[in-house]
Amino acid sequence: MGRTVKLTVNGQEVSREVEPRLLLVHFIREDLNLTGTHIGCDTTSCGACTINMDGKAVKSCTIFAVQADGRSIETIEGMAQNGLHPLQEGFWEKHGLQCGYCTPGMIMCANAFLKENPQPTEEEIRWAISGNLCRCTGYVKIVEAIQYAANKIQAQAAQPSETKEVVA
Amino acid sequence: MSITESDKDVRITTPADVCGMGHRMKRKEDPRFIQGAGHYVDDIKLPGMLYLDIVRSPHAHAKILNIDASAALALPGVLAVITGQDLKAAGNLHMMPTLMSDTQMVLPIEKVVYYAQEVCAVVATSRYIAADAVELVKVDYEPLPAVVDPFQALKDEVIVREDKEKKSNHVWHWETGNKDATDEVFSRSSKVVKQKMHIPRIHVSSIETCGMVADWDKINEHMTIYMTSQAPHAHRTVVSLVSGIPEHKIRVISPDIGGGFGGKVPVYPGYVCTIVASLVTGKPVKWIEDRSENLQADSFARDYHIDAELAADANGKITGLRVKTLADDGAADAAANPSKFPAGLYSIGTGSYDMEAAHFEVDAAYTTKPPGGVAYRCSFRVTEAVHMIERMTDIMAHDLGQDPAEFRMKNFIKKEQFPYHSPTGWDYDSGDYHRALRLAMDLIGYEDLRKEQAEKRQRGELMGIGISSFTEIVGAGPSKDFDILGIKMFDSCEIRIHPTGSAIVRIGVQTQGQGHETTFAQIVAEELGLPASAITVEHGDTDTAPYGLGTYASRSTPTAGAAAAVAARKIRDKARKIAAYLLEANEEDLEWDVNKFMVKGSPTRAKTIQEIAFAAYTNFPQGMEAGMEAVNYYDPPNLTFPFGSYICVVDIDKGTGEVKVRRFVAVDDCGNIINPLIVEGQIHGGLTMGLAPALFEEIVYDENGQNLSGTFMDYLLPTSMETPKWELGKTVTPSPHHPIGAKGVGESPTVGAPPAIANAVVDALWHLGVRHLEIPITPPKIWKILRDNGIDED
Ligand code: FES
Ligand code: FES
Repeated sequence: MGRTVKLTVNGQEVSREVEPRLLLVHFIREDLNLTGTHIGCDTTSCGACTINMDGKAVKSCTIFAVQADGRSIETIEGMAQNGLHPLQEGFWEKHGLQCGYCTPGMIMCANAFLKENPQPTEEEIRWAISGNLCRCTGYVKIVEAIQYAANKIQAQAAQPSETKEVVA
Repeated sequence: MSITESDKDVRITTPADVCGMGHRMKRKEDPRFIQGAGHYVDDIKLPGMLYLDIVRSPHAHAKILNIDASAALALPGVLAVITGQDLKAAGNLHMMPTLMSDTQMVLPIEKVVYYAQEVCAVVATSRYIAADAVELVKVDYEPLPAVVDPFQALKDEVIVREDKEKKSNHVWHWETGNKDATDEVFSRSSKVVKQKMHIPRIHVSSIETCGMVADWDKINEHMTIYMTSQAPHAHRTVVSLVSGIPEHKIRVISPDIGGGFGGKVPVYPGYVCTIVASLVTGKPVKWIEDRSENLQADSFARDYHIDAELAADANGKITGLRVKTLADDGAADAAANPSKFPAGLYSIGTGSYDMEAAHFEVDAAYTTKPPGGVAYRCSFRVTEAVHMIERMTDIMAHDLGQDPAEFRMKNFIKKEQFPYHSPTGWDYDSGDYHRALRLAMDLIGYEDLRKEQAEKRQRGELMGIGISSFTEIVGAGPSKDFDILGIKMFDSCEIRIHPTGSAIVRIGVQTQGQGHETTFAQIVAEELGLPASAITVEHGDTDTAPYGLGTYASRSTPTAGAAAAVAARKIRDKARKIAAYLLEANEEDLEWDVNKFMVKGSPTRAKTIQEIAFAAYTNFPQGMEAGMEAVNYYDPPNLTFPFGSYICVVDIDKGTGEVKVRRFVAVDDCGNIINPLIVEGQIHGGLTMGLAPALFEEIVYDENGQNLSGTFMDYLLPTSMETPKWELGKTVTPSPHHPIGAKGVGESPTVGAPPAIANAVVDALWHLGVRHLEIPITPPKIWKILRDNGIDED
């Protein structure tokens, strides 16, 4: 039997009827066709499915779609607003990805983290992404990518507000 | 595109706007991945698509008494349950050939031979219903004894493959090198060290698992297959041979691949079931394995039991190597090796050292474990070989009381000995091993570290320094020796230049994250002077790409990379003719400069490649064919031999036995570099996949053949916390036979890193009488040694 869920996805109101057992990650990928969120395991270990829910990084493979009712979620598809997000830019600049499969989860994990800790040390970044597995990069360049984004976000915040529009 | 200090050895001949070889070009493929627009197999959704899921065996070895699918079939939304009997009736599709000319079950009829083996396949209208139906299929088994240990298997008390004529678990015997010469060398060498070691079973575990969407078009009798494939053309040929569908009616598309590492080379039963399901239902069918299925049933890597002996003379000069090995094949010989090499390139095991003679013997045994023998980011068993020789070298150095660095320096093949003919018959193309090790020692401060270690040992602290100076062998390979299922291991590139001076490049290899869309554009940019940004690189669609054998064993750059350069040079030859025509000059009077032909001595009389391309469609000499395109199928004259020296520093926690990699310096030499940024990324990733089996990863079975490491909670991939901040250095020794002097790099670090780490740990514990530790070196192993020696936290 279906249940109705209403939530905000990347800033847009969404309402759908879903099976109560439907995982949020399948809801996002298959019902909403937002396939940037990936699946890499069945034990909440890899983080490929990481999204932001009410600003927190969560693994969407371990939440039912019905639990997202009334919440606001953000996926990788919502990150680029008027150009690439500094995290996306950082991953590109610093070669923070190879096959790209872990990348959306990494970026969403880092996105929530940088909001909590805008000026992290290398060790803090490593700790923050330790629930996200990458098999290709060896993490060094992912850490650099997140550092790049942190610096860029700081620099943007430091700019007088009238020029901000132009930079964004 | 800045050129950093560390790129000083990198050869750059084109300006930044052309961005040929050597430039740190940001990857062209990245915009789609960072915005969630990558297109992986599980992202494909076709109208009316069905889902396939698999019933798997809970036993490692059991007779199948009965399969009752009635409850599953009664579930609304279930369309079919496919069993081995069904496949047999459809033309003996229940068995399939492996890459090593063995056979393997697709679905069983009489018995299962490994835990998590595919027993039958369920097809339903949704993923969830298919999973429900799997639970409803009732299979009656009669358990049989498992045989997990290959030495036990050779006793033939339990026969794994009763379907075969030979009722024995012994699969094959293979040898190479010179036995008599080696025995003679050993008989006169004053020092011999012996060591047994096991290179354990591990799993590639790309973060994307394997999967397929098969789409049978009944009306046109055409099959489109989207598949996680490292070798789409070879897979198309296999599908055609097995299914009988003519090859021109099959299109294999390998979309974005979420990591391969060798795990996406084999054909798995799930793929065959998916194709059959689409044929039977006439609908598109999707199958995506979950992580447990991936870890429990897909091809493993390694699992070599090695017994090695290394001989040296009184001065500590290595004289010979004698190696016996037992390979655990699992339930079929499904290794992904070139046909003539049942043990792959294992005979590269004489490594970086000059010696008189060597002899290798390898036997293989069936056990009741999943079949496999894939790369795990390695060129056909090179990792096993390198681990063996680098451990043996270290044991010898320690035994002789010599510094392991000095010992290596003394025994390296010298720069002037290249091309070097090895005792097992390989012709190493180029190398400068002394330089690489010296650089690694300088970068890490080797002499100071040895002093620090001595001081720490006085204080009872456990610190170790480990070296690995490896030689790889990649780029399979020359067609006289290398084929897979009879198909020669050339590779290909097709280039088409458009009238306005942009281009499309199609290649027979298949990226899984290596960045081909960028590096192949850079190779063509280097050769033709077209900006890399104006070159589209396409691969992975068998309808459009030229035939190639795919990407694994670090072969893309050595084979298809060479094909790209050669095809570009064919285009340049034609461009010269057109330029001569346009400039009204003799061809011989023209010279090439980055992106144009100019008349020698009068540089203002020149035509750029863009002008020439336009003329190729608009204004070409009478009698010349229009257009500007070329194709090359490149058959390499030899393999390439990348090398490097790695030094690792570890500290051991006396309380927990945990190994902490404090520093790791990797000096790699992969010949000429196409893109230093991508090379660094490849090395970082490869080192991490070398760290993994050294300290964490192993697929473990209990005595009943049950897999005890079937999830990411038990099979431990390194996270950002365990992975050190890799420190890189490089030397550049071009390959003399490769058109652009490149050698390939993706796997060297995976091959070279494990012994550096193992050597460091043994080095830290040598004074306690530890000569060898089996990888993965987990805390309990060390903890036990420390407690046995009465060593505690304080
Ligand atoms: S899919 Fe692995 S943690 Fe969600
Ligand atoms: S880039 Fe491939 S898993 Fe991270």
